[in-house]
Amino acid sequence: MSKLVHPFENLDARGLLCPMPVIKVQDRIADLRPGAVLDVLATDPGTLADVPAWCRVHGHEILEMVQAHHEIRIRIKVN
Amino acid sequence: MNDPKKAVALISGGLDSMLAAKVVMDQGVHVEGINFFTGFCVEGHTHAIRSRKGGGPRGPKPKRNNALWVAEQLGIKLHIIDVIEEYKKVLLNPKHGYGQHLNPCLDCKVFMVRKALAWGFMAEHGFDFIITGEVIGQRPKSQRKATMPIIAKESGADDRLLRPLCAQNLPSTLPEREGWVDRDALFGFHGRSRKPQIELAKRLGFTAWAQPAGGCCFLTDAQYSRKLTDLWSAQGRKDYELDDIMLLKVGRHIRPASHFKLIVSREEGENRYLEGYRRRFLNLRPISHAGPLCLVDGHPQPTDVELAARVVARYSQGREAAAVTVAAEDPHAGCRELTVAPLAPAELPSAWHV
Repeated sequence: MSKLVHPFENLDARGLLCPMPVIKVQDRIADLRPGAVLDVLATDPGTLADVPAWCRVHGHEILEMVQAHHEIRIRIKVN
Repeated sequence: MNDPKKAVALISGGLDSMLAAKVVMDQGVHVEGINFFTGFCVEGHTHAIRSRKGGGPRGPKPKRNNALWVAEQLGIKLHIIDVIEEYKKVLLNPKHGYGQHLNPCLDCKVFMVRKALAWGFMAEHGFDFIITGEVIGQRPKSQRKATMPIIAKESGADDRLLRPLCAQNLPSTLPEREGWVDRDALFGFHGRSRKPQIELAKRLGFTAWAQPAGGCCFLTDAQYSRKLTDLWSAQGRKDYELDDIMLLKVGRHIRPASHFKLIVSREEGENRYLEGYRRRFLNLRPISHAGPLCLVDGHPQPTDVELAARVVARYSQGREAAAVTVAAEDPHAGCRELTVAPLAPAELPSAWHV
């Protein structure tokens, strides 16, 4: 049986305040190929608006955005 | 057919840079935005600090990054660049000095145009010129007729720096001479009036734009500049880390003595923000009554902790009570409780407020 490989790239931006999570996302995506999926963890509520806005202007897709307690997870498909 | 020329526009999130980019885009130029995060931006971090209940009579202010919002309105890419470390040189030793407060506006503009140039002219980016939303006479320090050539020269951009909103008041630049843009379709705005920009915005179909009341930089703020001066004075040198300058944006800053300062939160949002620093600072919080979180910055003596507790009690719901119990947590020495009398207003000299 083949070994399962985690299909997602991860970025931990917890504890960072905007725009730093956006800058981290931008810098990480610069190194990823189209089709890659990036999971971002953050705590700043500003990321709920800023990361999707950055993705929209750069043509990347938000697959999922979940906020639970004080943590935010945003899943981005790189285009 | 030739590929369209490419311009990188400095986007602050305000109206002028939005218009400048739009005017050039409408001439068929490919425009992308660039925005620099210095650590002093009113945008960004401040949104996270502010209480969610905040806002004016029209309700809470939208928690958005205005530069990104502008990019969306324009339909352009925006590149946000972290310049926190590099910016220290600009702020700590500005060649052209400070403005009214600790704002090194002219050096800052030179720096940002230079950075935009370096970024935009990298081989993989391949931009042809730089756009700013500067208007002659708009700002007393950096946007004057005399400073425009200084910015162009010292940044290295020279005639590749185009100011579409006031281009007709300036010598023609390379994009104009080469016909990449039509000079006649640019503008000759000057002075502090916002009327021409607002009229242009309406003409271009914009119905909304950000209007930051005190500009987009904390360094133009008198109170913030005072706190920064106090920080440098207390540490005996002009320097800072990101956390230092972030904490200056938050809470009441009370300095009873040169060797320590109290940072007392003013509302729920600031309380949440200061929570993130509890493991790094001696911190106090009332436990017998509701009240603020307070960080103690510096090197407090044991008697100073009691004074800090009395200050915290003074800003708690127990300010009228005979005694308030305050928890003082030292990240290295554990937690203890102090029961203190809240400081009377007369015992808190105004000179302690930074």
